[in-house]
Amino acid sequence: MNKHETTADNGVNVEALLGAREALTEAPEAAAFKWRATSEWVSGTHSRATVDGFFGLGDEQKHRQTFQFDADHPEVFAAEDNGATPVEFILVGLAGCLSAGIASVAQNRNIQLRSVKATLEAGMDLQGILGIDDAVRNGFDGIRVHYEIDADATQDEIAALVAQSQKRSAVFDIVTNPTDVTVTTSKA
Amino acid sequence: MSDRIQRWQAGITDVVVIGAGHSGLAMSHALSLRSIDHVVIERGEVANSWRTERWDSLRLLTPNWMSRLPGYRYEGNDPDGYMSVAEVVEFVAGYASRNAAPVHTGTTVTQVEQVAGGYRVSTSRGDWLCRALVLASGAFNVPVIPRLADGIPSDVAQLTAQRYRNPSELEDGAVLVVGASATGLQLAQEIRQSGRPVTLAVGEHVRMPRVYRGRDVQWWMLASGVLDQRIEDTDDPLRARRVPSPQLVGTPERATLDLNALQAQGIEIVGRLAGIRDDKALFSGSLRNVCALADLKMNRLLDAFDEWANEHGIATEVAPVERYAPTDVGSSPRLDCDLGKHVKTIVWATGFKPDYSWLDAPVFDRRGNLKHDRGVVDLPGLYVLGLPYLRRRKSSFIHGAEDDVNELSAHLSNYLDLTARRHVSGIAM
Repeated sequence: MNKHETTADNGVNVEALLGAREALTEAPEAAAFKWRATSEWVSGTHSRATVDGFFGLGDEQKHRQTFQFDADHPEVFAAEDNGATPVEFILVGLAGCLSAGIASVAQNRNIQLRSVKATLEAGMDLQGILGIDDAVRNGFDGIRVHYEIDADATQDEIAALVAQSQKRSAVFDIVTNPTDVTVTTSKA
Repeated sequence: MSDRIQRWQAGITDVVVIGAGHSGLAMSHALSLRSIDHVVIERGEVANSWRTERWDSLRLLTPNWMSRLPGYRYEGNDPDGYMSVAEVVEFVAGYASRNAAPVHTGTTVTQVEQVAGGYRVSTSRGDWLCRALVLASGAFNVPVIPRLADGIPSDVAQLTAQRYRNPSELEDGAVLVVGASATGLQLAQEIRQSGRPVTLAVGEHVRMPRVYRGRDVQWWMLASGVLDQRIEDTDDPLRARRVPSPQLVGTPERATLDLNALQAQGIEIVGRLAGIRDDKALFSGSLRNVCALADLKMNRLLDAFDEWANEHGIATEVAPVERYAPTDVGSSPRLDCDLGKHVKTIVWATGFKPDYSWLDAPVFDRRGNLKHDRGVVDLPGLYVLGLPYLRRRKSSFIHGAEDDVNELSAHLSNYLDLTARRHVSGIAM
């Protein structure tokens, strides 16, 4: 292990996170969160999603601002490409979650980060969604993530950061394990 | 109470110890040295779990030279070997008879409740009244099976490691072993050797070579002080107590048992069992990461051994530094398999928990875990022994009982003295 004489600062408030962990152990009901998004179809394969509020710590919460995301498909799909493809949002979510985890774990281990760059790639065989071959699944056939990290740490310590981040990542869990999905409809 | 069946008093004593395994007997030894009146209550025979709840081929994960209890040690001619179940029974039973421990066998505890000045321990052979009580009934009483087992089709046989004895009991056909601790790997290996196809579902695990630089890995753990690490010095005590047993097996060849060895024997490894859907078992896509975590942790442990060997000037007495191939996960591990059509049997090696269903006292947290501080339970005069990492990493090992028992018997003795004095002064007034 490296001896760090100075205190690393990755902009993560680890004390707050550890405090939250302790508090939520005592009050598990406050740990129950609900994440929300709404979406409205625009035209063609283009829709616009809005993220605004969520529920947690026993109360309704608001983001500091409303975020909007355009989702569409590229021109090779004969679409207008008004936004990222929905499957790309999955990669964005995974990268955002893992990188946040890396920064938090590094802070907790007193490792100063200088740069954390992720490159993500997911394979997908269109014969699935096009219904050409039933044996091909609709979704990804795998996701590859590469992290290039500049930090005051050994190669093994960096590998351990990234491994620990996967272990504690919500999005990593969502994409690696089954999730029950309920979709209902109503007539407007 | 009107519904109470006939009860009679079996006796009054200072301390009742529940369980005549190695922990309970070590405590009995410590109490005898302090001349504290006590009995040891045992539902079956001495070392009952070893007699009735272990698979045939099991051997201890620690070498014989490590097997010792207060005032007692292994004295056979194979110090580097690993005891079979029968040898463990003989070892523990020998300790009980040599100590002339006051064990009441064939006596099942049905209820424990607080009464004025102590506890009432109701048993199938009458009630004991005591001032202090020691729970030494074991850490591995009830198999933990994930809730998703409810969705497994009925034509698939299910078996826990507690009930499993040997491969000949299993139906022909493929077997899914769930869990990658010592138990899961050992069962997967012997079931594979019986000719059945075996898939092993792997979650977080602890990888270790059997022999490192020519010495048993447990020698390194003991000598370098790892086994003596105290729970209060760990970053996360709750997590430390949940760590699964290391992937080890005790064989005459002192062979390393890891996921690479199993794959070389034709066992398929897949991710953690994550769900059951449409008669298929679904496996997590996290296999690569749990293997990476285990490899990194093993290397950190070996680094610590090497550093310790250098600092203590024994680096030249042992064999050269070794490192092992990373766990091979293949190019794309399977994410599901057909149950019923392919897998005929599921073996759960998903851990155990203690059974305190007979303990009627407000000493459990919201998840049903016993609340205690290093064995001193949240109720005056109540103690617990033999749980993983109770006080030290070695607490659930046979040789780990001695230090815990010395400290907890001192605490208990002090408690008896204090309450006796209070009692006496109460009478004086």
